[in-house]
Amino acid sequence: MVLLVLGMIALVMTNRAGPVFKAMGFDFLTTTRWSPADALYGALPFLWGTLYTSLIAIAIALPVSLGVAMFVTQVAPMKWRRPLIYVLDLLAVIPSVVFGLWGILVLGPHLGRSFLTAGIILAIMITPIITSLSREVIETTPKGEKEAALALGATHWEMIWGAVWPHSKGGVVGAVMLGLGRAMGETIAAALVIGSALGQITVNIMAPGNSMPAVIANEWGEADALHKSALIALAVVLFVITIAVNLVATSIVRRSMARNRGKSS
Amino acid sequence: MEDNIRMSAESTPPKPPRLTVPAPDQPATSAEPAPVVFDLDGLEVFYGAFRAVRDVTLQIRRKEIMAFIGPSGCGKTTVLRCLNRMNDLVPGARVGGKVSYHGVQLYGPDVSATEVRRRIGMVFQKPNPFPKSIYDNIAFGPRINGIHDRSKLDEIVEKSLRAAALWDEVKDRLKHSAAGMSGGQQQRLCIARTIAVEPEVVLMDEPCSALDPIATARVEELMRELKNKYTIVIVTHNMQQAARVSDRTAFFTAELDSKTDQRTGLLVEADATAKIFSNPSDERTENYITGRFG
Amino acid sequence: MNELVDLRPRPSWRTKKNNIMLGVLGLAVLVVALPLLMIVWAVVSRGAGVVFHDFPKFFTETIPVVSRRAGPGMGPAILGTLLSTGGATLIAVPLGILGAIYLNEYDSSSKFAKIVRFMTMVMTGVPSIVMGLFIYITWTIHFGYSAFGGALALACLMLPVVIGSTEQMLRLVPNQLREAAFALGATRSRVVLTVVLPAALPGIVSGALLAIARAAGETAPLLFAVGAATAYNPNLFEGANTALSVQIFGNATSSFVAAQDRAWGAALTLVLLTFIVTLTARLFTARLAAKG
Repeated sequence: MVLLVLGMIALVMTNRAGPVFKAMGFDFLTTTRWSPADALYGALPFLWGTLYTSLIAIAIALPVSLGVAMFVTQVAPMKWRRPLIYVLDLLAVIPSVVFGLWGILVLGPHLGRSFLTAGIILAIMITPIITSLSREVIETTPKGEKEAALALGATHWEMIWGAVWPHSKGGVVGAVMLGLGRAMGETIAAALVIGSALGQITVNIMAPGNSMPAVIANEWGEADALHKSALIALAVVLFVITIAVNLVATSIVRRSMARNRGKSS
Repeated sequence: MEDNIRMSAESTPPKPPRLTVPAPDQPATSAEPAPVVFDLDGLEVFYGAFRAVRDVTLQIRRKEIMAFIGPSGCGKTTVLRCLNRMNDLVPGARVGGKVSYHGVQLYGPDVSATEVRRRIGMVFQKPNPFPKSIYDNIAFGPRINGIHDRSKLDEIVEKSLRAAALWDEVKDRLKHSAAGMSGGQQQRLCIARTIAVEPEVVLMDEPCSALDPIATARVEELMRELKNKYTIVIVTHNMQQAARVSDRTAFFTAELDSKTDQRTGLLVEADATAKIFSNPSDERTENYITGRFG
Repeated sequence: MNELVDLRPRPSWRTKKNNIMLGVLGLAVLVVALPLLMIVWAVVSRGAGVVFHDFPKFFTETIPVVSRRAGPGMGPAILGTLLSTGGATLIAVPLGILGAIYLNEYDSSSKFAKIVRFMTMVMTGVPSIVMGLFIYITWTIHFGYSAFGGALALACLMLPVVIGSTEQMLRLVPNQLREAAFALGATRSRVVLTVVLPAALPGIVSGALLAIARAAGETAPLLFAVGAATAYNPNLFEGANTALSVQIFGNATSSFVAAQDRAWGAALTLVLLTFIVTLTARLFTARLAAKG
């Protein structure tokens, strides 16, 4: 029954992908002109936008999330840890559309709509997720290894750096990849603040741009048949990329967990 | 209660068969006594309101192996962890009475736990190498103490591994992960890691309980070698082990406090190992080592 | 000998580094807390005025058709969110739990189970907008906009999450418990029903509730499947409906202050809704911890 549902999804998605790509050819992925009026659909700028905003988001979110995860699990007084974790988990369920709303109405007037604004919003969104995933990994550090470091005369920070981090880094990389997958697939917040500019491939983080999910959400309403199929094709590309990222992430997490298990046995 | 610790006047009932005790290499009581390293006076440990250990008065001398034995829950590990302030890490833990190290109060106001732990190393029940290479495990301690010179580190690593009788087994795979070693090798690695920072004292918390008999024999042999350089305090649940390796033995037990309905550990007596196992002063020790209680 | 007993703290670079690095970690918490608190504050301060002005009209009135008109009304959106989320729950939770029971209790190591597990994992990573388009293609094109389409899309998003969390909970049930029941001659289905499920239930419920909280906040899939009605539509299966998230998205881009106000009000409502569900889930987890 479950497999039926899953199989159907996989089947229909690939089924839909076929005709669309036949119509567009490889130009869909390599050209930069996206003009529904002329029936031209080059998705490269959106691909760029998706990757670029996600990378900005990770660059901001990674150090901060890691710091928070370490603080909550290793530094904060015992009494505070539970409540802090509760609050972080609660923040992780705030709907993304609310982040988008804040981004466009509060942050937008100051920063404008740009890659940077989208990156910041995405970073704020994925921070609780990366924090909570890396927190789980960090918490698996055996107490014995931490005590061993302290018993050698290590300071608190030397213990974190010498015993906790080597144990957690594999899992943290996986957590970041999962966060990346999430940032790339995130539609609404990005759609609201990225600026919906066409054809921009630039590293200027203040420039407005567009990302794949944002294009789909913003243009769907007024799309005709061919335009719609182009948007579906975008979804397929997005689908493939996020799945790939997630697979890599999961295998990294699994490998690091297997290594830790092998050690303790 | 204090009386029991030092007094030795109780009569002894007819003796059941005893453990055989090999004569210690160097009786700690011979000639002039070595200087006192640890001096514990009326030590007690609380976890919150719960008094886990009380009335521990005991001296540990230089370059002797002191064994802590007793039934589980008698506080022997707790006392051991007081000696290098590892109990600081337990939330709500509080230490009363006096613990001095070469005359300095370990829990005094001007004492840094980090400094204490550098001088008083610890080996744990479960081997706990870091998930790094064998080399980096040993080099961790020297590195945090500011030694980054490659040749100097190489020298320390080799010296420590030799001292832990591990060098010949691992010299060709120093860069391999410590996770690939056997349990006994991992534990000797942990000992090497501890002595790489050149402590004066090595505390061992049931270091062989996770090891098989052959690995245990090797670690015990190692302890006897290390004795020439270090003062060793070992907690063990294995009486034969205490009898085999230690010079002096301290017997702990736990008693039910009728008021609080909680079990509190206390020291019964501490004496030369040979005496504890052949002619203990206290009836409770007698009962424990002959297997009537425990 | 004197050197031996000097245990005083050394004001060295090590201590300094320790303090600096611990400070940096603490700073990270502030960096994270600041924007998140700003967002929560913005939602509460801007939303509360809208929601509680003329209480409880905001929850009951219909949405103004002309968006620049001021005034309350998110009633249909609240109903729409409840309908599609509720529908999704009815589809995904039983299916997910059954699937997880099958995977963990009946067929835990076969090739088939491994494939299903792999697919579940893949499905967890599917972006919600892709799921929305999928439902549009397979459902909405044929049957038109309806809350049920939204429910289907949300169910597809919830299913892998429910399967994952349920399986995790089932795995936590100690094997001795199962073996003890089997040793008494119980059949497999009896063991599952009377031993395994009761033991894992609080965890399963809490996992399902978290999935519901996530689904309630989803926007993208509803955009394609539900439509954007302004009047009440209590019919799950027919006619365009709406949802809080869709209304926030629509009104956020509006330049009219009245519409923006409604977006903030809807945001506050939605955040409260998800928080309530999440806190209920926490309660179950706490009870689980208390029992264990």
